[in-house]
Amino acid sequence: MSSAEIATRPESEGFKIRWGDLAPFIALGVIILLGTMINSNFMSANNMLNVITRSAFIAIIGVGTTFVIATGGLDLSIGSMLAFVVGIMVMAMNALAPSFGPWAIPIGAVVALVVGSLCGLMNGLIITVGRIEPFIVTLGTMGIFRALITYMTDGGSLSIDRSLRNAYRPVYFGDVLGVPYPVIITLFIALLGAFILYRTKYGRRVTAVGSNADVARFSGVHVGRVRTMAFVIQGFCVAVAAICYVPRLGAATPTTGQLWELQVITAVVIGGTLLRGGKAHIWGTVAGALILEVIANVMVLSDMVSEYLVAAVQGAIIIIAMLAHRFTSSR
Amino acid sequence: MKLRTKGAALLSAAVVTGALTGAAAQAQDKEYTIAVSIPAATHGWTGGVVYHAQEAEKQLEAAYPNIDVIVSTASSATAQVASLEDLSATSELDALVILPFTSEELTGPVEQVAANGTFVTVVDRGLSDPSIQDLYVAGDNIAVGANTAKWLVEKLGGEGEIVVLRGIPTVIDDERIKGFQDVIDQSDIKILDIQYANWNQDEAFTLMQDYLGKYPNIDAVWANDDDMLLGVIEAVDQAGREDIKYMLGGNGMKQVIEMVKAGDERTPISTPYPPSMIASAMHMTAAQFAGQAPMRGSFKLDAPLITPENADQFYFPDSPF
Repeated sequence: MSSAEIATRPESEGFKIRWGDLAPFIALGVIILLGTMINSNFMSANNMLNVITRSAFIAIIGVGTTFVIATGGLDLSIGSMLAFVVGIMVMAMNALAPSFGPWAIPIGAVVALVVGSLCGLMNGLIITVGRIEPFIVTLGTMGIFRALITYMTDGGSLSIDRSLRNAYRPVYFGDVLGVPYPVIITLFIALLGAFILYRTKYGRRVTAVGSNADVARFSGVHVGRVRTMAFVIQGFCVAVAAICYVPRLGAATPTTGQLWELQVITAVVIGGTLLRGGKAHIWGTVAGALILEVIANVMVLSDMVSEYLVAAVQGAIIIIAMLAHRFTSSR
Repeated sequence: MKLRTKGAALLSAAVVTGALTGAAAQAQDKEYTIAVSIPAATHGWTGGVVYHAQEAEKQLEAAYPNIDVIVSTASSATAQVASLEDLSATSELDALVILPFTSEELTGPVEQVAANGTFVTVVDRGLSDPSIQDLYVAGDNIAVGANTAKWLVEKLGGEGEIVVLRGIPTVIDDERIKGFQDVIDQSDIKILDIQYANWNQDEAFTLMQDYLGKYPNIDAVWANDDDMLLGVIEAVDQAGREDIKYMLGGNGMKQVIEMVKAGDERTPISTPYPPSMIASAMHMTAAQFAGQAPMRGSFKLDAPLITPENADQFYFPDSPF
């Protein structure tokens, strides 16, 4: 996590440590410690790799959500959008498989990236050109994307062609020097996101628009364009997550990505990004995604909580983590 | 499937001719309207219900020209109440076949439809007041759990360690788990863990990975739905675990029936809780009117084991589920 400190340093004043920025990593550390005490299998390489790989989806999508929330927006459609992009990608790959063979996979991935970005562009344009609250617009598109995937699958499931399945599997299950591909992709997307957010003119405009849109407008920032672009980045990230998602189970169903929007938004906020905009924290988002996945994992590994109460304990841990965050950052 | 359809059509054609020659003009003149109200296709099983309802509609209308079937889907309990009101307001219903979203919320509205003299067939989820219905058609969730458990106890020789994945907290889920547990408790098989995976492939995959990390030895897995089973299989294959002898599901999803047919070693059986029960209910309701066959009462579809020998009877390649 040393890269996190490097990434946040430009924001900090002098050498003072900003405990608020470190809070998500401290929380992650505490939960991991807890997990180690509860079950000795928790720290095993296999379990750790499983959990980190699983958190990739939420982390990748979360990078895009960090941009959207930082501009003061909100996107509720991401879970449904993921399902829709997965559906389009599977259909494209299946259609291309007979003529292109394994090449259908990269072509399908490009199709996914284009479709994802276009979905984000649509959200962004309706919000900025139509001047409608992002909450309402994305609530609408959430329903649209969900209905489209249900229609595309006839309520059942849409499976990838058998001939492509084995060639594509390694994208989720494979690794380079022991590091699974989804983890590498997450790191790459987070690095790219951090670079855009902290090192480019666009990135500074994102937080400027989020903290005060009027001031940003008076100082010559095209607010609508910045916001729309954030939704396009979100759509792109959703498509990247879809590319990692398909090889895992090889199918799209009407329940794919259900309620992921809430998980992603939770991860982003746990990570230190302000829900009202103006402050963004890419590496915090990645830590937030890990926190959620580790909590779920610890719940299954421990025998202390009844299966009926698991969700209550998860909710309580998230609230405690946020309270701890508040106390550390107000110092 | 084609053969069976043809058979059904032949049979019903015979019934119609019988009715025409026997009961004279009366049956010919009278037109019947049967409304079918079912949940919209939001997941695999309901997707199957919609498919089978539409297929049965085509078959019934072809077989009985004097019967009109109206299928309407609803995405929530409130939407289903609204669609019931629309159906009974716009046409005179002779019969209503309904798979209620929830028991409590739909009991009142169905009672009102029944008060107009409509023949009411309830499918799957019972109403709070069973006296409203004329006909009740349902699968046996307890048997889904119990039959799977019996098979497992026999195959494992009465001992071993297993894990269970359950669905969404509902009566259906509770009954399946109860049927399963009651049988397992009588053997020396130990259930290591039971957790919810919400009848969702992704959640089942995640949960199974955690089970595999937690328990070094697992003899068998029971996911109480075939959708979840697919996630389980993926997790086990990836971990390369050899200790797991059986991975079982339930519901009769077509991908799993294909595995059973192919004689898969780890998934040699399944148990049906078939979405086609809506078709059974529709055919029985139609028989009440066109077939002059009294159809009042309760009808419980059994949940026999699906084995490679009988898998063909449960396999509908065109169904989405």
